[in-house]
Amino acid sequence: MISVLKSLLQIVRPYQWWMLLAAVMGFATVGSGIGLLVSSAYIIAKASLHPPFTELQLGIAGVRFFGIARGVLRYIERLVSHNTTFKILSKLRIWFYESLEPLAPARLMHYKSGDLLQRITGDIDTLENLYARVIAPPLTALMVSVLLWILMGKFSLMFSVTLFCFQAAAAVGIPLFTGYLNRGTASKISALQTELQTKTLDCIQGIGDLMLFNRLDDHIRKIHELKKRELALQRKQTLIQKSHESLTGLLMNAAVLVLLWMLAPEVSAGNINGVYTAVIIIAVMASFEAFLPLPDAVQHLEANATAGKRLFEIVDAQPAIIVPESPEKFPADSTIRFENITFSYPETSFPALSEVSFTIREGEKFAIVGPSGAGKSTITSLLLRFWDPAQGNIHIGNKNIRHLDPEVIRKNTGIVDRKTYLFGTTIRENLLLAKPDADDEELKQSLLFAGLGSFTAKLDKWVGQHGMNLSGGERQRMAIARMLLQNAPVIVLDEATANLDTLTEKSVMYSILELCRQKPAKSLLVITHRLRDMAQYDKIIVLEKGTIVEQGSHDELLKNNGLYASMWSLQHRLNPPELLTGS
Amino acid sequence: MNLDRRLLLLAKQYPIPFIASILFGLLGGIALIGQASLLSRIIDTIFLKHTGLENILKLLFLFALFSIFRALFNWTSESEANRGTLKIKQSLHERLMEKLSALGPAYTGSVQSGKLSVNLLKGVESLDPYFSQYIPQLALSSLIPLTILAVVFPTDVFSGFILLTTAPLIPLFMLLIGKAAKKVTAKQWETLSRMSGNFLDVLQGLTTLKLFGRSRERKQSIFEISEAFRHATMKVLKVAFLSSLALELVGTIGTAIIAVSIGLRLWNGSIGFESALFILLLTPDFYLPLRQLGTKFHAGMEGVSAAHDIFTLLDKPEPEKEITAHPSDTLDYSKENIVFENVRFSYDGSGTYALQQINCTLKPCNTIAITGPSGAGKTTFINLLLRFIDPCGGAIMIGGKALQSIEREQWLQRVAWIPQHPYFFNATLRENLLLAKKDATEDELMTAVEYCRLGSFVDSLPQGLDTHIGEQGTRISGGEAQRLSFARAFIKEAPILVLDEPTSHTDPTLEQELLESMNRLTKGKTSVIIAHRLSTVKDADHILVFDKGRIVQSGSHSSLMKEDGFYRNALRTFQENTAV
Repeated sequence: MISVLKSLLQIVRPYQWWMLLAAVMGFATVGSGIGLLVSSAYIIAKASLHPPFTELQLGIAGVRFFGIARGVLRYIERLVSHNTTFKILSKLRIWFYESLEPLAPARLMHYKSGDLLQRITGDIDTLENLYARVIAPPLTALMVSVLLWILMGKFSLMFSVTLFCFQAAAAVGIPLFTGYLNRGTASKISALQTELQTKTLDCIQGIGDLMLFNRLDDHIRKIHELKKRELALQRKQTLIQKSHESLTGLLMNAAVLVLLWMLAPEVSAGNINGVYTAVIIIAVMASFEAFLPLPDAVQHLEANATAGKRLFEIVDAQPAIIVPESPEKFPADSTIRFENITFSYPETSFPALSEVSFTIREGEKFAIVGPSGAGKSTITSLLLRFWDPAQGNIHIGNKNIRHLDPEVIRKNTGIVDRKTYLFGTTIRENLLLAKPDADDEELKQSLLFAGLGSFTAKLDKWVGQHGMNLSGGERQRMAIARMLLQNAPVIVLDEATANLDTLTEKSVMYSILELCRQKPAKSLLVITHRLRDMAQYDKIIVLEKGTIVEQGSHDELLKNNGLYASMWSLQHRLNPPELLTGS
Repeated sequence: MNLDRRLLLLAKQYPIPFIASILFGLLGGIALIGQASLLSRIIDTIFLKHTGLENILKLLFLFALFSIFRALFNWTSESEANRGTLKIKQSLHERLMEKLSALGPAYTGSVQSGKLSVNLLKGVESLDPYFSQYIPQLALSSLIPLTILAVVFPTDVFSGFILLTTAPLIPLFMLLIGKAAKKVTAKQWETLSRMSGNFLDVLQGLTTLKLFGRSRERKQSIFEISEAFRHATMKVLKVAFLSSLALELVGTIGTAIIAVSIGLRLWNGSIGFESALFILLLTPDFYLPLRQLGTKFHAGMEGVSAAHDIFTLLDKPEPEKEITAHPSDTLDYSKENIVFENVRFSYDGSGTYALQQINCTLKPCNTIAITGPSGAGKTTFINLLLRFIDPCGGAIMIGGKALQSIEREQWLQRVAWIPQHPYFFNATLRENLLLAKKDATEDELMTAVEYCRLGSFVDSLPQGLDTHIGEQGTRISGGEAQRLSFARAFIKEAPILVLDEPTSHTDPTLEQELLESMNRLTKGKTSVIIAHRLSTVKDADHILVFDKGRIVQSGSHSSLMKEDGFYRNALRTFQENTAV
């Protein structure tokens, strides 16, 4: 936990002065509260002795000053601490993004599910209160403690020491005690919550199946039991947590009691002016305000440490590729050559590709086909340098792609795959990703090309979270529009038209082929398992279980009577697949 | 009904813990007054009477006793509030789950499951502060100051008067400034959560950013967005925090006025030191509950927005339950016609029908294909057959009995369902298969597995049938899920099979295998299939063509091809367009 915390502090270190300022303001606020009560006590103690009026004036001035200062300081303190919190939050986001960026997508394959990423952002949001809830309270308490030490020291060192003992008990003893009683409860609760979450999702998504198999009541009973267990644990946790305030109050009263015990003989002996009896006691009472938030700080500390640990676990992974320090220039010749490539994903026993070699010449139309799981998409991942092959080399032009800047490779490769990600912003923003300096005319042209003519009038339309306001086919066509804007010499279509209906698929493919024919000619790599209009490709390779089993033109492959021919006949026996239902 | 009122009604279901919480809170307040009284007596004795320890021992002892009682009372107050809150949370959760099961798949299919599960779990939890903090504080914030006033007035009327006149300023300020600031802050927090959503969006789309070679430059924009947000927010907060400044000032200035005024009267000799100190000690505690109400109100309000979603769900009208349930039925469903008699159905209960004038007969052991454009009512038809919904008019008859009069569970035991996206639970493969038949033997399972060509798939799993699948377990591909779903239907051995045919996005080899499994599964059963393939439609014994909520044509393929209608037209257009 300590090391996680250290690393976290290292990240937010640029804001140390802001944090210190906020803590000082917090101290000044509590201090003014003490000042207000102490000067009030001073006025009435003094007045009861009926001195000349001028002797009261100091107290009255103090009351006025602290009365206003407390409000104003609290105001400033809240502003400064919020400002600091936001600064820290943005720092944390950038830090996390910076660390995550080199890891994507290779090292993030397990985090594909949205839930996990959601938890990560939740973790970062948790860390946002690192300062306000974890760092600031002990700092403020410490400063108040020092102030009281000095104040008490004016009367007797023994008072300082005694008060310090009680304050230490409030600052350290109570959090340790309640922390001990509650140890493990929080993690048990969060485990139960995760289980509840899964069971509830099961119940929602599988309710039809549960009803048909007559298990719904059973399942709901299980959920109720989990909830009951969670609530029981919550009760335990709350009972212990809620004792903080009472225990701190008890310690405060104990400190008051002991100090009164020590004061009485001193005052009657005349060692201490009786006027200060009320002042000292009230100062002690007011100072405990600073210790109330401490037990919570310990809990937030735990939450922060857990969140931090999870984040570090993710970003501490090694990137799958090494970006060259001084990359070579992207070649003018965009011929792609795979040489004897072998590659396996981590923690798998079978290679995804083994000894695969092929060449896609500039301007060539090239297809890779094969059943699902044959390794087709791995080829794209390697070409884009999301991974490096275990064996063999990939060349673009005459350059090994290991010596090129991966960003430049990707900029020069236009890809449309089965899953198009759209950002929760406008159509325009989503298109500009491919070409940031494109003007509206270009954007409209690209939309028309992709068969999205209706979108040209609504470039500023919000596409919804993950583009959910668009249909599957529309999202796919957005990707095609982006590809056009990108105007890259190499185009990769990875099951790109799988979500389109037959008619649209035909027209989109026709346009893409047109585009490839335009000068300068573009290379086209199509990855598919749907064998449609195969005669248009210059070359086809057939992959099965990571190896090339056949290659050649469509006619040659049909004559071979191998896997390709059987796939072809299967599909054309079953086809046409869509009837009246469309897609 | 007003949300606050509905929430209060929830608390009224469990009055005892909340009353106890308020009562103990009040007792804590009384103990506090006792402490203040004792403390002012002790200090008076030490300060003005200069007596030794022996004279204050009894007072010190009492002070200690009151301290302990106060701590206990306050803790009990919290504990009771927590007890009541947990009861409410539990009952709400139970009601929500009941509602969910009553609404059934027709409802869950129409909403985002992630959002719904958040409502069911986090929504209920976020109500906690409203009940455990805000409600007790609502009572205590008037009870405790009133109790304090009741002891201050007899001691010193003037101070009592100051307290009484300043106290209403706090709720007044809260209302005035709060109202103006609340809107702005609420909007600001919304922006904050949107920004956090934005960040999530960037993380999820990181691969896409990389594909366009734009991931590194995105860092700068994250920074800029965050900074812009910070500046905007700080501007708002500068105004919003003025409310807390005003509230704080009422408390501190009230204390200052009391201190100075009693100080002056002490000096005059019109009040004694002990009374003066007593009042001074109580003053901060007089304002405290009022100020706390503000913070606890804000804590509670977060939950109220969640309450909105919860109540919306609870208020959803439930489909009517079957009225007459026959204790047992001896019908052999594999030999009975299922007849739809003028059935209509509307999802929102209004005049727009998802299905109407549905008249058809499903003959036993026939394969019935359902076809038609999307939105034509095919899924609604299936939902009716599965009794996820019941007709709004007309009747579905089987063997002369209305389907509604048969107990739903009994009916569903005779039906097997293969949806387009079958669901697998977070459990082992075996448990997922056993859902279909609790006491299926190992042999039965293995037969089903072999029958649906899952043998090599199961062999490839690390623990075979005992491998964990689902969200947190091994991922299964679409084709495997389909076949597993077939296997479940096979194990269930139900006489009626309802099937939403898998669409064509799987690879051809797989497609062929699925078709074979499907053909074998439908043999000897009354099978109703939402068909996506021409071959399935052609081979069916009977075809129902749906359009705009009605059955527009029915018959066999050959008879439909002779009719000039929707079916033939659609097929012709299709063939013309796909001709290469």
